[in-house]
Amino acid sequence: MADALIWLVALPLAGALATLLLPRAAGAVVIASGLGTSMAAGALLYGVATHGPLHNAIGGWSAGLGIALRADGLSALLVMMTALVALAASVYSSAYFNTAAQRARFAPLWLLLWTALNALLLSGDLFNLYVTLELLGLSAVALAALGGSAAAVQAALRYLLVGLLGSMLFLAGVSLIYAGYGTLDLAALAKVVESGPVVWPALTLMTAGLLLKTALFPLHFWLPPAHASAPAPVSAVLSALVVKAAFYLVLRLWLDVFADAVTAAAAALLGLLGAGGVLWGSWRALQAERLKLLAAYSTVAQLGYLFMFFPVLQALPPGPARELAAGGLVILALTHGFAKAGLFLAIGVIQQRSGHDTIRELDGTAQRLPATTFAVALAGVALIGLPPSGAFLGKWQLLAASFATGQWWWIVVTAIGSLLAAAYTFRVLGHAFGHGPYPNQAVTLAREEWPALLLGATAAVVLGLAGAPLWTLLEAGA
Amino acid sequence: MLTAQWLYGLTGCLVVALGLRAALLQSALLQRIVAVNVMGSGVFLMLIAVAYRGPGVAPDPVPHALVLTGIVVAVSATALALALVRRLHAEPGDG
Amino acid sequence: MNFDTALPLLVVASSLLPGLVIFFLRESSHGPRTALNLGGAALKLLLVGIMIWGVFHQHVYETRWTLAPGLDLVLHADTLSVLFVTLSTVLWLVTTVYAVGYLENSPHRSRFFGFFSLCVSATVGLALAGNLFTFVIFYELLTLATYPLVAHRGTPEAVRGARIYLTYTLIGGVLLLLGTVWLHVIAGPTPFVEGGVLSRVPAEYHPQLKVIFVLLLIGLGVKAALVPLHGWLPQAMVAPAPVSALLHAVAVVKAGAFGIVRVVYDVYGVQFADQLGLLIVLGVAACITIVYGSVKALSEDSLKKRLAYSTVSQVSYIALGTAILGPVGTIGGIVHLVHQGIMKITLFFSAGNYAETLGIHKVSEMNGVGRRMPATTLAFSVAALGMIGVPPVAGFISKWYLGLGAVEAGMAAWVMPVLLASSALNAAYFLPVLYRAWFRDAGPAWPAEHIPAARFETAGALLWPPVVTATLALAAGLFAAAPYSPLEWADLIARREYGL
Repeated sequence: MADALIWLVALPLAGALATLLLPRAAGAVVIASGLGTSMAAGALLYGVATHGPLHNAIGGWSAGLGIALRADGLSALLVMMTALVALAASVYSSAYFNTAAQRARFAPLWLLLWTALNALLLSGDLFNLYVTLELLGLSAVALAALGGSAAAVQAALRYLLVGLLGSMLFLAGVSLIYAGYGTLDLAALAKVVESGPVVWPALTLMTAGLLLKTALFPLHFWLPPAHASAPAPVSAVLSALVVKAAFYLVLRLWLDVFADAVTAAAAALLGLLGAGGVLWGSWRALQAERLKLLAAYSTVAQLGYLFMFFPVLQALPPGPARELAAGGLVILALTHGFAKAGLFLAIGVIQQRSGHDTIRELDGTAQRLPATTFAVALAGVALIGLPPSGAFLGKWQLLAASFATGQWWWIVVTAIGSLLAAAYTFRVLGHAFGHGPYPNQAVTLAREEWPALLLGATAAVVLGLAGAPLWTLLEAGA
Repeated sequence: MLTAQWLYGLTGCLVVALGLRAALLQSALLQRIVAVNVMGSGVFLMLIAVAYRGPGVAPDPVPHALVLTGIVVAVSATALALALVRRLHAEPGDG
Repeated sequence: MNFDTALPLLVVASSLLPGLVIFFLRESSHGPRTALNLGGAALKLLLVGIMIWGVFHQHVYETRWTLAPGLDLVLHADTLSVLFVTLSTVLWLVTTVYAVGYLENSPHRSRFFGFFSLCVSATVGLALAGNLFTFVIFYELLTLATYPLVAHRGTPEAVRGARIYLTYTLIGGVLLLLGTVWLHVIAGPTPFVEGGVLSRVPAEYHPQLKVIFVLLLIGLGVKAALVPLHGWLPQAMVAPAPVSALLHAVAVVKAGAFGIVRVVYDVYGVQFADQLGLLIVLGVAACITIVYGSVKALSEDSLKKRLAYSTVSQVSYIALGTAILGPVGTIGGIVHLVHQGIMKITLFFSAGNYAETLGIHKVSEMNGVGRRMPATTLAFSVAALGMIGVPPVAGFISKWYLGLGAVEAGMAAWVMPVLLASSALNAAYFLPVLYRAWFRDAGPAWPAEHIPAARFETAGALLWPPVVTATLALAAGLFAAAPYSPLEWADLIARREYGL
């Protein structure tokens, strides 16, 4: 079972190298690596569910000297989400990129990105995290620039600079931690870290760097242009997975490794910024003229919800209430991953059919593509947080924890944010009803439409109905 | 020598701060890229200072490894950034 | 999983699965689509029949599925849920027949019937909900399933009407959710138990319980069209007639009213609600709505809008019955849930017939239509008389019990005037319509005769549903004392609620 940890990093990496060596088979290699990695992710999830946290010291080197890979419930779930989303996007990309040259350029970067994501989620020490963060950032930037247009390149460049800035701050924080504690291993640090003048500047630096990468308001400015100009499968993965990886790190550092050092005021600050993200992101999404911009701003908003969990988690004493809320956070993050990826893939289909993604002119296209419009609707349901999506359960936990800790202001923000999300979702869906041409059957382009539909369905239905084991998994793998 | 370690470390912090300031305030792309590199150098200085273990004792190899890795990463990232800048300026009129 | 634990789920699945399949059917496959629709409806009727028999004999049918620790999705068949499920199932079957006929040759039928089935699944799930959490889930699903039905025609007015509907119901949904979460935090999971579960909550939480009740009432009141939350209902009349019929008689408006009944009887408990002074709040809101709706109906010339305001008024009888403490008032409110459904659907079917056959949309165009379309107009008349409260149509029974209950609860002073005034107003806006239809001569030509007069006055699928439901309305009144009648069932519910 612990071998799965190695396969998860090695398979996509080997696939990336293979696509460089065999550019003409690039498409097939992507799908093959994708399937293999997904199976390894499934094995990992199963392993963590049955045996608890898994650990693999690469090369047999002990901790402190070698690189250790570690998986608990949280990382196993995120690895699974990464695998399913990336697989769906890979299937879609095989139809999106229709020339061999495009595919040959796309494939190695794509698989490198996947490698970096897996390695980041499974890393057990701070420096490995830095390296994987950089790998993630570089491959993401290169993919974002694949769009080719001047706007895409400019957005990619800004993304790169912001990412580098963030990484440098992160590394500065890592160096302070090493100076203070002499170890970079996360498990070891979790035992010895305590509140103090060493940890606070270090945690602040690392968090600042990560907040830049996760696009928390007001550091979100780079995200909408980058995600909106990238090719559709890339946008899907950027919004669903890449920013989630940085968020995962904030989560890991704040709730796990440096839990003792976190103060209520700091958590409240994160929550406040999150609330700003929810309101500002939702507002801008409502005003967006283009579908991709709408989706990008929606990401900013949805990440805001995730950050609003921090102050309530901080205020709850360790125990079942806290576990419930933490599980709500995870299921909300997972649902957003699937929903946003599905949304971007659906937008990609629309954009390729009609040559544009302007919302006001959607009428004919939305009716010509009923399955894709339904995928948008499913994603929208999950973004709003309506039942039976996983986001409903997640928002429920946020509301319940806010009521329980008396921090009622998060409730107001959540309510307004959800209503704004409904407004911008149904603004788009309203175009699906009209007098445009209607095909004789629902799904017209299988390879392009099914990935979006399945992702949307997972977010809107599967996670909500089958989500109960998540809480047991998080506890078992803790 | 304790004072040398502190000197290196604080200089590192100062360089990071200067680089950060330049990265945030500069508007020209090339200057920003250089500024981020300067930030990187500052962090490396900090790491080298952390590696010091006392007079006559071999320094801690772990921070040195971190610095080497960091330099490699910084070089690759700078290369990508410069490639993108070139691509940007290869399309006159689109800005 | 044995039959007892599967039955509630099967009842929901009998329309959910056909609905999902229908989405993927080709637009041109009429036969399979109709077969799925009617087959699902028939199957559901069969399952519900079993459920009725079982619940009467104290069987327990419950499906339970854990969504998160402490949050269970529960489908449970008790007497109240069986009442609503039966109403929904019978009326769905009738409406499906009507819709197949009404939408002949319209576009987007696969989409329509797909969402139609989802809508009924949501309604049935809501009826069978065993706790407030499950209720809220199906309540929101109902909103989602009905939006495409309201927007179906695709005209700018339809899209606008649907957007207004969505705005109201989503805001209501958020408030309902907030109230539910708050209640959960204070009192734990709130299963629906006859007599309510909140009376054991410590006294220091009582002020919070009052605020929660108001939140829940607003959330439910949007769908139940309590004034001033009713604004969406007249706008939603842009929907095709089968949709309006369903929305008003069975699905949306009834869901809101049903929710209010559940909250008062099975969450708070009617005695506890009275203690907290909440019944008065409900009663006042109900009375205002009853009068307001009737007054607005008077001035509407559009037939559907007049019926819409009539719904606003009539559904609040259910809320009023709930606000009257005592088994008699309870019976009046609950039985009106069924009676109003049957009568209102008849009215909407008739209105749809007038529009489809003769292009009539306004009351002023209805002169002499009784001669041209006698069966439809007869059905319309029976239902209208029932709305006014004329025996032996079912509406009389509900009003009788409400009045009697008010007297017994000592609330006669303000309830009786409201009942009498509203009956008078009902007469004022229905009788002129009947007079026009039967006793005035028709004009030179109908606005747009789509279906010429043949052996029957209109298409079969359009004609039989209102006739059937009008007969049911008459039967519910005439045979009110028979076993398994709506009145007997309401009596059973009241007895179990009050522990008699």
